[in-house]
Amino acid sequence: MDEIVIRAEALKKVYRMGEVDVQALRGISLQVKRGEVVAITGPSGSGKSTLMSILGCLDRPSSGDYTLDGEQVAGLSDDQLASIRNRKIGFVFQSFNLLQRISALSNVELPLGYANRPDEGKGRAETALRAVGLENRMKHRPMELSGGEQQRVAVARALVNEPAILMADEPTGNLDSKSGQEIMDLLLRLNREGNTTLLIITHDPRIAAQAQRTIVIRDGMVEEKML
Amino acid sequence: MKIRRVLLGALSILVGNKLRSGLTILGIVIGVAAVIAMLAIGQGAQNSITSSISSIGTNVLYLSSGSGARFGSGSSTTVRNIRPLTMADAQALENPYQAPGVLAVAPILMSGNISASASGQSTTTTVYGVTTDYFSIRSEQLSEGAFFNDQQVNEHARVAMIGTDLATTLFGRTNNLVGQSIRINGQTFTIIGVLKSKGGSAVGSSDNQVIIPITTARDRVIQRAGDEVDTIYIQATSAATASQASTQVSNIMRMRHHVAVGSEDFNIFSSTDLQQTASSIINILTIFLGGIAAISLLVGGIGIMNIMLVSVTERTREIGLRKAVGARNRDIMVQFLIESLVLSLLGGLIGVLFGWLIAVIIGWVASALGTALTPSVSFSSILLSTFFSAAVGLFFGIYPARRAASLEPVEALRTE
Repeated sequence: MDEIVIRAEALKKVYRMGEVDVQALRGISLQVKRGEVVAITGPSGSGKSTLMSILGCLDRPSSGDYTLDGEQVAGLSDDQLASIRNRKIGFVFQSFNLLQRISALSNVELPLGYANRPDEGKGRAETALRAVGLENRMKHRPMELSGGEQQRVAVARALVNEPAILMADEPTGNLDSKSGQEIMDLLLRLNREGNTTLLIITHDPRIAAQAQRTIVIRDGMVEEKML
Repeated sequence: MKIRRVLLGALSILVGNKLRSGLTILGIVIGVAAVIAMLAIGQGAQNSITSSISSIGTNVLYLSSGSGARFGSGSSTTVRNIRPLTMADAQALENPYQAPGVLAVAPILMSGNISASASGQSTTTTVYGVTTDYFSIRSEQLSEGAFFNDQQVNEHARVAMIGTDLATTLFGRTNNLVGQSIRINGQTFTIIGVLKSKGGSAVGSSDNQVIIPITTARDRVIQRAGDEVDTIYIQATSAATASQASTQVSNIMRMRHHVAVGSEDFNIFSSTDLQQTASSIINILTIFLGGIAAISLLVGGIGIMNIMLVSVTERTREIGLRKAVGARNRDIMVQFLIESLVLSLLGGLIGVLFGWLIAVIIGWVASALGTALTPSVSFSSILLSTFFSAAVGLFFGIYPARRAASLEPVEALRTE
């Protein structure tokens, strides 16, 4: 169980805003093992969202090395990054990001449409929805679902391609504490049962406390590690 | 499978925004409808002119005196001392050795507007003085009575055949007219036949006319010096020999009038020439009007681009999400291109139906007004405008689609 899923070395990210260079990340190194539940916390503006973007292959670091599930990520093209996101990463966003005009099932099928492997279609999407307990809501549109249910659809969508890692950016941020806790329970159960690696970005200490390990980011650097 | 999914997705978006989609494709609809209707009417006009010209025979040549480039044939140099055509010219053209391609020759005297009266009614009409060959060359037919014969021509008989319009004006009927009298230019003629209606034709209405023997016409109605005639109709042995016949007629006429090649004092033109001239005029008109209609397609395309840009902006988050779950730039590009393609194709198809409807309505109006115009929507014009509207959709869809594809996923996801 010591396989490393995420290995980041000295990640730096510099944004150019007009004349000024803003250093969002100032050299972050971290490792996440397969099956781990890691929380990344920090005050707003600390760079944790930037870190999440880079770890999620949505953005490229200005410098540093990053290996995800054995694949060197730095220097890949847009299309190669898209392929990695499709195969290896499942995203859960704070605001769910479901397409409103299509059913829960179609939303979950979305990543399958961009996968290169043979399309197993509805079967997988239905399995994923069943895994999050929404087998009775498949045909509903997001508007007809509660916030907690919408986020569970998003979790199912993140799981459908069986990614190496599930990244959740404030997954409970738009939910009341009861449904928020339900989502956390779901994520933790998926971690226990499916050995899914979880990376949760949050500034809520109660959420962070449920992780096995918390990485605190401050001013673009790792402040401390609690093992 | 994948294309089908994208196509269905595009359709669901367009159906979800019915009003907006409808307004967006309106430009394309109007453009395509206008193009289709224009082409159909142009084609219909072409057909009706072609058929009315071929109804007077494709193997007929028209010989007239004068010079200059008329209908694109003949020389452009000015010729002095133009000799008029004469009966002797007409006779010379009937020589089977010098003009083997000529079947029949009909010298004609033609009046301007001339007064005609009968049973208390009077009107103006056109009088033709002809020989008997005229009837076969012009394919004239009678609804009653008989043509005059060569003997009547030789006897300068005062007999006449009248057109249906004239018959209706003077007598209020078109039958039982044989034996009635008609006064032309003060001279009394006996009606021996009523001409079958030819309808409006490209070479003037032929239903308001009187046909009398050329000899009688020269004596009493149409004064001309000596044995001059106004024009000579020549029938070639067949449509295939028409151009040979034309050359033979030219040679004979040059000899008789002592003129060199290039300074002829006569013109020959054939119904084929007339047909080609009419066709090219209609073609120019059709292209001109179709071009104006095509501008509407262009405007429609810009409308599509505009709406697609709005759509890209509205759906920035969706684009970000799709990229996050693995959509490549090309996938996004294809998605938006297909949306604009579906929009423009839909507009094109509706436009084709709409244009067809317009063409049919114009056909109705034309026939109600008594004009023989049957618009014809050709398969090629449908194909052309469908293809063109698809091309417009693709062309104007490229910019918005590229813009969508080039969005950075992080920033797209951050957009509210």
